[in-house]
Amino acid sequence: MTTIQLEHIKKQYPNGFTAIHDLSLEIQDQEFLVLVGPSGCGKTTLLRLIAGLEEASSGLLKMDGRVMNNVEARDRDIAMVFQNYALYPHLTVFQNMAFSLRMRRVRKSLIREQVEDAAEILGLENLLDRKPGELSGGQRQRVAMGRAIVRHPKVFLMDEPLSNLDAKLRVEMREEISRLYRKLKTTFIYVTHDQIEAMTLGTRVVVMDHGDIRQSGAPQELYEKPANVFVAGFIGKPEMNFMPLEASLAASSAAAYTGRKIILGVRPEHIHITPATSRTEQTEQVEQAEQVPLMRGHIKLKEMLGDDELIYVGNDEQKCVVLTPSREDLLPGENVRLSTERANIHFFDEQTGEALACRSF
Amino acid sequence: MSQAKKNIPQLQKRKARHSFPLLILNLICGLFMLFPLLYAVSIAFMPSSELFNMDLNLLPKQPTLENFASALSKMPLGRFILNSFIVSLAITGGQIISCSLAAFAFSFLDFKGKDGLFMLIMATMMIPGEATIISNYLTVSSWQWLESYKVLIVPYLTSAMGIFLFRQFYQNFPISLYEAARMDGCSNLRFIVTILLPLSKPAIGAMAVYTFINAWNMFMWPLLVTSSEKMRTVQIGISMLDSVDSKSLTMMIAGVVLIILPSISIFILGQKQLIKGMFNGAVKG
Repeated sequence: MTTIQLEHIKKQYPNGFTAIHDLSLEIQDQEFLVLVGPSGCGKTTLLRLIAGLEEASSGLLKMDGRVMNNVEARDRDIAMVFQNYALYPHLTVFQNMAFSLRMRRVRKSLIREQVEDAAEILGLENLLDRKPGELSGGQRQRVAMGRAIVRHPKVFLMDEPLSNLDAKLRVEMREEISRLYRKLKTTFIYVTHDQIEAMTLGTRVVVMDHGDIRQSGAPQELYEKPANVFVAGFIGKPEMNFMPLEASLAASSAAAYTGRKIILGVRPEHIHITPATSRTEQTEQVEQAEQVPLMRGHIKLKEMLGDDELIYVGNDEQKCVVLTPSREDLLPGENVRLSTERANIHFFDEQTGEALACRSF
Repeated sequence: MSQAKKNIPQLQKRKARHSFPLLILNLICGLFMLFPLLYAVSIAFMPSSELFNMDLNLLPKQPTLENFASALSKMPLGRFILNSFIVSLAITGGQIISCSLAAFAFSFLDFKGKDGLFMLIMATMMIPGEATIISNYLTVSSWQWLESYKVLIVPYLTSAMGIFLFRQFYQNFPISLYEAARMDGCSNLRFIVTILLPLSKPAIGAMAVYTFINAWNMFMWPLLVTSSEKMRTVQIGISMLDSVDSKSLTMMIAGVVLIILPSISIFILGQKQLIKGMFNGAVKG
């Protein structure tokens, strides 16, 4: 049982740069929490604060209710997997994995047993006598994880552990981490800037920006109900399309916004694209389904993604990306109409960037 | 493609043409610099009658080992070499330990005034040793330390240059290894012994060669603080040869050749480490 509470944490460096402003967060036992955000958003700093590698300027860090601010990193019972693996190059895989147990004066026979157990979980049995320099990137990553799991810590911290791997290995290791989490049933805190990792691994995702939490929730929730423009733009690939709009249709719930500027957001995968001139059967179907017209423009560029393709549409005022199954009938330069279902439209306040509760204007 | 292949030998030829004059120039400079040393070795094997005549004898006509024999019999050269070895080894060991510890603090720990203190230590490199030699002498003599190994060793147990060398090396040491070790439950001292020093072999090698040669060549300080034959080091021993028999230049040079042998062999053995270590961190990105 380990819960971590962060209460009004602030981290300011001696040069005056504030990495974390006033952050409060509670991490539940056995939760896979992913901290995600662009570079410099403070996610790694937050992880290092939990690890004990950095000291908070103010605020409290508690584990199971006990204040840990002044507890040394080695006494927190936390293991961390570093971005660059941080393996000891002069020690063998076995010695690397056994190092933390040796420091804790664990019996030799028990060390061997635990290292071999961890090696079996990660498929490292045949590599125990090798040195890190003789291993591939993926194997090194496994050793780094082995070093963390061998001592059964209360919390695992992972700092962008997959960012140095190629695309194929990254997918494999993602599965491995997911499997490890299900097997170990411990609290994981994982830092990444890759939203696919965040969405696939996390039971809860915390989106950070400029040292603040912008939204925290289950991956699906962040995708379906982004709390603000930042999260809406950050989660989802390709990015959500935003269009400025003046609220005019005063639905009763939106009366307060009449005359004010708002931002309309639609995900590229939710947009329908039809040729502007021909009234095909499909167009009629679209119209029948009470679609909301978004814009007219011409196709500027098409990008093939295999079965799907990205179509960039623009006119003098705005542009829009559409993700659609391959459409050979549409060619660059052609005039098209874009529309979407009412339920797929998100509205944001232009001034604050916050999502608006109402769904029609 | 074939054109490119044809061009390669031409390019190599042109390169060789350009480098040939440079090679000759290098050889001339090298010989010019090595000449005194090679000539000294030659004189060491020369009977004195050959040296003091009107001909220019670059090589001995009748090589002899007599000069070495008389140098060894005229003074306790073995004792001097032993003294120098003890002093040089102790200084080298002491500097490696103290400098690596200090450099660790400057590279890995955060404390107030770190940069200021480091600059202060670096500033001491600008003070010539001769400027402090009198006050040092007065200090050690008031402690009754004269005529002992400790007076030759203790003042040199650390050096600003050594701290600088190690710190430059540690600047390129991945900080995440230190952090990983901390999370693994490793204390600072344990980290230094089990992780940092084993991975700092190039720096230690460079430092050892540099310090050993400097300690071996020490002259002023041993001359000042030792007077008996028992405690003298080789450099002072050589100057004693001068006074024993000033006419025998060949014997004196034979003695010099004997005492430079250890430092030259240390340099030859460690030169790769020295060059690698000196530039490691100083040059890289």
